Amino acid sequence: MDRRDFLKKTIGGGIVAGATLAVGGYAKLVAASPPASCDLVAVKGAEPDVMFDRAIASLGGMKKFVPRGSKVLVKPNIGWDVPPDRGGNTHPKLVARIIEQCLNAGAKEVSVFDHTCDQWTQCYKNSGIERAVKDAGGRIVSGDSEGYYQTVAVPKGTRLTEAKVHELLLDADVFINVPVLKHHSSSTLTIGMKNLMGVVWDRWYWHRNDLHQCIADFASFGRPALTVVDAYHVMKRNGPRGVSLEDVVPMKSQIVSTDFVAADAAAAKLFGAEPEDIRHIQLAARMNLGRMDLKALSIDRIKL
Amino acid sequence: MGLHHLKPLRVGVSVVMFSLIAFLFLDLRHIAAPSVTRGVLFLQFVPSLLRFLGTAAFGAAGCIGVVMLTVFFGRVYCSTVCPLGTLQDVISFVTRKKGKGGRFKWSNPHHALRYSIFTLTVLLLTAGSGFVLNLLDPFSGFGRIFSNLVRPVVLAFNNLAAIGLERLDVHTLYQVRWAVIAPASAAVAMLTLVPVAWLSVKRGRLYCNTVCPVGTLLGLVSKISLFRIGIDPSLCRGCRLCERVCKAGCIDIREKTIDVSRCVACYNCFTACKKQALRFEYRRPGRASGAQPEPERRRFMLNSVIWVAGIAGLGEQTEKIIQSRPTTIPVHATSPVSPPGSVSIDRFTSTCTACHLCVSACPSQVLVPSFLEFGFLGMMQPRMNFQAAHCNYDCTICTDVCPSGALIPLNAERKQLTQIGVARFIKENCVVHTDKTNCGACSEHCPTKAVNMVPYPNPANKALVIPEVNPDCCIGCGGCEHACPTKPFKAIYVDGNPVHRTAHKPVVEKIDRKVDYNEDFPF
Repeated sequence: MDRRDFLKKTIGGGIVAGATLAVGGYAKLVAASPPASCDLVAVKGAEPDVMFDRAIASLGGMKKFVPRGSKVLVKPNIGWDVPPDRGGNTHPKLVARIIEQCLNAGAKEVSVFDHTCDQWTQCYKNSGIERAVKDAGGRIVSGDSEGYYQTVAVPKGTRLTEAKVHELLLDADVFINVPVLKHHSSSTLTIGMKNLMGVVWDRWYWHRNDLHQCIADFASFGRPALTVVDAYHVMKRNGPRGVSLEDVVPMKSQIVSTDFVAADAAAAKLFGAEPEDIRHIQLAARMNLGRMDLKALSIDRIKL
Repeated sequence: MGLHHLKPLRVGVSVVMFSLIAFLFLDLRHIAAPSVTRGVLFLQFVPSLLRFLGTAAFGAAGCIGVVMLTVFFGRVYCSTVCPLGTLQDVISFVTRKKGKGGRFKWSNPHHALRYSIFTLTVLLLTAGSGFVLNLLDPFSGFGRIFSNLVRPVVLAFNNLAAIGLERLDVHTLYQVRWAVIAPASAAVAMLTLVPVAWLSVKRGRLYCNTVCPVGTLLGLVSKISLFRIGIDPSLCRGCRLCERVCKAGCIDIREKTIDVSRCVACYNCFTACKKQALRFEYRRPGRASGAQPEPERRRFMLNSVIWVAGIAGLGEQTEKIIQSRPTTIPVHATSPVSPPGSVSIDRFTSTCTACHLCVSACPSQVLVPSFLEFGFLGMMQPRMNFQAAHCNYDCTICTDVCPSGALIPLNAERKQLTQIGVARFIKENCVVHTDKTNCGACSEHCPTKAVNMVPYPNPANKALVIPEVNPDCCIGCGGCEHACPTKPFKAIYVDGNPVHRTAHKPVVEKIDRKVDYNEDFPF
């Protein structure tokens, strides 16, 4: 049995058929989570782990999203070889608390990876995320070899019609997206949908083929069960890598939602931008992948 | 301790040394700390010598230790420290025919060939080219064999095992990316390995005693060694047991003499002799060992002078034209990019022995053996290949592990101001210009924001931004070139600085960090 056969077995279909099934898997996930008491939670004024505890409680608790015995994939931003206070990556404390919550809810295993921009082992190490994941009882996995990525179809994509996606995403029962909010030289801001670039292999293609459209296209592949936007250390300029600590403002905020378009829109506001000025947010809303109009949402605003 | 214990001791030391060095070249997970690497490689003769002559630092004095050791006990180096020597012993051991006592016999020395190669090496070095030295240096040869031939095999096994384990949902191993293939270096490594292996099977250490310049030099030094192996004629029965196990072919039982310049101090003879007829003899310095004239010794003295003179000339070389990349590539760099810490391409190509340790140790695999980028004589010396990867901003591993001093150690702060090249932007290739869509991958990766995105006016009035390069704070890390997605030719690339420069510190403006946590959310 070669690798491909194995994957066919695991995800129960051919390569492209597997994609449809994976989308089906997503649909199942979204369906599995009962309607939340509110659409979006915004928290500020505390440590990342404390804020997450409050936010998830407001959404009805982790058990609503993580069924007992499920395989969870947590996808933070680990793109850069910078320490946590530079705001280039998701805060390790937040990643750790999400893993702990998943395990407490009865998850079978929680995996973490990112297809990094800087050299991956250094990113994993210096972001503090590798240590945090291990200490929290999760497992940190490489995203550095093309062999981990399987081609899937993106049926609703206009510029991006197929992508090579990390097998852990295809294999996961629950997908939790944990981006960091920061300035971005190419996409103005990077938040939730942009963070999904780290689950695909060929990022160059996106950059070459209308980046914003590709971000929105890939968002149509499936919606994460939860999007947790880390806005604790916010990089206000020189993103996405940042040059120094002088790029970072301690906003100590967090946004959690089942709707990643809404989460991105709220995070953009938090940053001081208008969601409609971020083209991929606008495109995604137009593709009905989520709601950008924050006034139409029920929002739980928490100050700690 | 009886003399027959010396062989197992030598085997033990050599196996440990060999394993450590081999590990450095096969360390897929980059476990070895640079300080460990420096310790392990302290005694490697040619890198240490070049480093010593370049820096005159005590930390690089391993070569002096080796010479001292040789003055006392002969070429102990060749049987314990030298990884290529031990590699030959391993090959010889694996291919030996069981049951036979030994297969070697006295052979006449190939003086003409031996000293010609040595002289050529020294003369070329005098002329400012380490080309032959790099080809023949046993440590670098070993490094190239392990980097270019053995490492890929280990990597393949690792990846197969990783894939197997991942099927079982175990992620303790991970797949490691393939390095850029360097056919010329792989071919040279093969051209070293095949003759060395063949000779070690057929003729023992003939390579070390004919081709290897370190073997020749230490052979000359060992002619004045104080303690050397001799045969007690009153005890020797002429059974030739020792001669048959002597891989250097330096024991002449008919004459009951040992050619000390070819003896690699393996001590097999002590173990083989049933009559304890072999012993260490003490020679007082200054006393001629025999009536024979010593042409080799004279030549050694002469060569030493030439050698030192040659090294002195290393610093001030005649101007060398650095070949640019082939002109068929529209991205026309005027110079290749040499690694951080190399100071200049001239200095680098004259001190690097192309052992490829930095190539193996580089976590981002941006360092690859060159082909003709540094010119024919600089072949195989590592260059920065930004097509494959970019140089991690905080990483200084290559400068920390370099055994020859071709890369001087840089701390992170210095490295981050060392401009090895400068980014050049080709607007006509840029996707923002050609497609009128945003990209900015180059600026994303730039650690100093030397590549910055600025508004790009366009007829459709789209909100577009296009890169702008500030060469002053560019350090040439290649993040932009690596990230640039355009095909087949990049829109931004790094042009090497033949002489590295100091970059300006990135522009840092104070930011207002005040946040009112009681303020309402903006939505």
